[in-house]
Amino acid sequence: MIPRWTLLLLFATPWFAMALPATPAFAVSNPAEMLPDPAQEARAEAIGRQLRCMVCQNESVEESEADLARDFRRIIRDHVRAGETDQQIMDWMVARYGDFIRLRPPFSALTFLLWGAPALAAGIGAGAVILGRRRRPEPPEPLSDAERQRLAKLSGS
Amino acid sequence: MTALNRRLVLLLPLGIAGVAGVGLYSMLDRMRSGKFDPRGVPSALVGKKVPNFNLPGQGDGPGFGSADLTLLGRPVLVNFFASWCVPCVAETGVLMALKQAGQPVFGVAYKDKPEATGAFLRRHGNPYVRVGRDAPGRVAIDFGLYGVPETYLIDTGGIVRWRWAGALTTEIVQQELMPMLKQLA
Amino acid sequence: MIPELGHFGLALAVAFAAAQMILPLWGAQTRDIRLMAAAPALALGQLIALVAAYASLVWSSVIDDFSVLNVAENSHSLKPMLYKISGTWGNHEGSILLWCLILAICGGAVGLFGRNLPSSLRARVIGVLGGTSVGFELFALLTSNPFLRLWPVPEDGRDMNPLLQDPGLAIHPPILYAGYVGFAIPFAFAVAALLEGRIDASWGRWVRPWTLASWSLLTLGIMLGSFWSYYILGWGGYWFWDPVENASLLPWLTGTALLHSAIVVEKREALKTWTVLLAIGTFSLSLSGTFLVRSGILNSVHSFANDPTRGIFILGLLALVIGGSLLLFAIRAPVLSASGLFSPVSREGALVLNNILLCSIAAVVLTGTIYPLFADLLFGAKISVGPPYFNSAVLPLVAPLFLAMSVGPVLSWKRAALGPALLKLWWAALVAAAVGIVAELGFHAGMAALAFAAAAWLVLGSFAEIVQRIRLFRVPLANSVSRLAGLPLSVWGGAVAHAGMGLTIAGIAGMSLAQSTIVAIAPGQTVSLAGYEWTLVDLHDEKGPNFNARVADIRVTRDGEEVGMFHPARHSFTTQTMTVTETAIQSSPIADLYAVLGEEHDGTAVLRLHYNFLAPWIWLGALVMAFGGFLSLIDRRLRVGAPARRAVMVPAE
Repeated sequence: MIPRWTLLLLFATPWFAMALPATPAFAVSNPAEMLPDPAQEARAEAIGRQLRCMVCQNESVEESEADLARDFRRIIRDHVRAGETDQQIMDWMVARYGDFIRLRPPFSALTFLLWGAPALAAGIGAGAVILGRRRRPEPPEPLSDAERQRLAKLSGS
Repeated sequence: MTALNRRLVLLLPLGIAGVAGVGLYSMLDRMRSGKFDPRGVPSALVGKKVPNFNLPGQGDGPGFGSADLTLLGRPVLVNFFASWCVPCVAETGVLMALKQAGQPVFGVAYKDKPEATGAFLRRHGNPYVRVGRDAPGRVAIDFGLYGVPETYLIDTGGIVRWRWAGALTTEIVQQELMPMLKQLA
Repeated sequence: MIPELGHFGLALAVAFAAAQMILPLWGAQTRDIRLMAAAPALALGQLIALVAAYASLVWSSVIDDFSVLNVAENSHSLKPMLYKISGTWGNHEGSILLWCLILAICGGAVGLFGRNLPSSLRARVIGVLGGTSVGFELFALLTSNPFLRLWPVPEDGRDMNPLLQDPGLAIHPPILYAGYVGFAIPFAFAVAALLEGRIDASWGRWVRPWTLASWSLLTLGIMLGSFWSYYILGWGGYWFWDPVENASLLPWLTGTALLHSAIVVEKREALKTWTVLLAIGTFSLSLSGTFLVRSGILNSVHSFANDPTRGIFILGLLALVIGGSLLLFAIRAPVLSASGLFSPVSREGALVLNNILLCSIAAVVLTGTIYPLFADLLFGAKISVGPPYFNSAVLPLVAPLFLAMSVGPVLSWKRAALGPALLKLWWAALVAAAVGIVAELGFHAGMAALAFAAAAWLVLGSFAEIVQRIRLFRVPLANSVSRLAGLPLSVWGGAVAHAGMGLTIAGIAGMSLAQSTIVAIAPGQTVSLAGYEWTLVDLHDEKGPNFNARVADIRVTRDGEEVGMFHPARHSFTTQTMTVTETAIQSSPIADLYAVLGEEHDGTAVLRLHYNFLAPWIWLGALVMAFGGFLSLIDRRLRVGAPARRAVMVPAE
């Protein structure tokens, strides 16, 4: 199944073909791709979920049906079978495709605001509320002479 | 909180919206002039050494490897193409022009059958000094490829200097490739 | 001829909308009764013009009029009738026209049902709606005109994207837009109140039904979208934190905060500034979402064809509407007098916490969505922000929110004691803890166990307010029952909505425990999954109206008893040369059985089979939430409005 985006991109940016041959894309993953050891397969899937499919750009490598995603899935499984750690495999991918391939953005000076967003947002919200409550009503201005006289007259003194 | 503070806090939403608006406007403006592409991804290889590889040849051809890229003593281009790729047809003219101008271009047939590649080259002309076949597509992944066509500029030291994703056009060649080549000369 | 009429209708609507904007606002400013009274009629006029315009677009599509460019680009003579009609909103131009139509319906609705509103407020609300309409209708007319013609007329259309040719298309966009655009009404109320310079308890009461209606529709719309992806995409996912999904979630989050905030304005005349800002903010988020999706700035599977020029037009529109209303807010907000004081520990305090948490979640989602754009613009750095970020970042905010959701309704107004309130929920806490423990020990659920506990806490805790109100076990049972009968519907609505949220959380937790397998089997072979036996009986071809299908017949049995026959298929569309998978799903109260057909090699077919535990609860929960909103909506007290002052005979003393 070819996701919707390919059609849009095919029409909207005709100068860049996606890595899809003319035959219909393969639908679901091939069971032959899966690793025999379930623990390893689960690890490979977990890593795949962290990687962005470069073609679809909004699905992970595990979900995407693009050809390139299948290649990635195979490569990940090869590396898992070879005994590499998760970090090594991620580094391998990032070395070739840059940070963009990571669905979980790295922690860096650039992403400081991003990862700090929850704390910042809640903090600012709470701060605004607390400061707002500190607002004391301003004392009324002292009466002018005319007003004082009027008050005296009204209160009958 | 004083009245002034309160006034400033109330202006904050407008301020944030304003900043965001300015940002979005400049994005749109740059999208129209081509300087901003939310969908484009820069190559992670620029500035790094070309990955090691060795590709079999097309038909009777010898193929080539990463070592061959630095033997010519001048910057070379590596162009990934495929017979099933429509925009690749569009750039054959530009590649042939580069060949006429004496610029060496190495071609990599990505995920293609030898017969189809051969037919493609016969039909549109062969602009390449050497053609290698990357049927499984692994070398392409080492290059960080995510679609075809893609073109890489490799300098005499084997460092990747520039990458263009998509079909080359005469404008791209004039505006981006030529200045780079001049710089490296 | 008909398309010309439609085109004219659109232009006429602009004229009506302009009048709708200028005359009532001017009338409210100068206290001219006749101008103010003209508002409903003008709104109705605009509505009729737009209905005519939209109807002519639908008609052109139904009769296969390929001289209309929009129809030629998106339709086909063989397309099923349902999609000829619903396909009108499956593309950019048509969906913008739908936006305009719904905006006009909002104006008409306020005109028709807003009779209980004071005339100046109603006039201003309709006027603001008219102003927004002018902007969108001009956008449609000038940059996204669905009535443009094509010459020479092509033989047939280009057909619609096969992924969209699904019943989901018929219902998801209209309902989603109704919710999305419907928040224009609370927005208009807020702007009207700022113009008027006054917000009081009655404003809170008047704005609530419109907010409830929009919120319920938006809840349904989001749920339909999620359900649609679940059954159409074929791998069992239902939420991807895709930018367009986030664009619909953002107004939902602030809209929920608005809903709750308005209650405080009504009951205690407090939180006025918050509420006005939330009303403006929610619609602003709706508008911004529309902008981001259609301008080409966002990378998304849902994006319409991008066009930066259109983007600039919408950005200008946004600058006027959002910038204008926020400026008005900054200038006029101090005029809104706050009165109700309350202690931090009180129902108002809990609602403030609710506001902060919901808005923080919205801020996080917004940050994650646009961060890559700004990082690219400012630093040229390409990063991507995907589900792992959103799931991690939202969790620390969502957890306290769920905890508070059950505590808030049992706190008293103005000042409450937290300890006794928490003690009142002892039974909910106990059951929640038990559920969590059972989930962990029984299913080794891990994180999901916490989620199950939270779900139980929400479902039970949502009825805590009712238990408290009927004084269950503290007065005779008959007394409690009669109190139960007398409970206002809005209390039921709130309880039901909170419980619905709990159901959805349980569904999400259950899905995290889903089991799946991918196999390549030949007809006659059987696979085991989750205690069920799946047998591939047969593979055969079928023909549809505009596609060829390859269908698999799968028999599923459990302990020898047949559970169902599944027919997952692959549809190959002829015109657009695309293949779409049709998932086969069978839902039961406990789980979904889910089958997808893949490629075939050498007589074997690749099948992906899922056992999605508690999946139906995700959407059931959302339905229950929307139902809760609906219950609150039909509460008679809201429709009656401010009580009329009647002359009372006072005996002379």
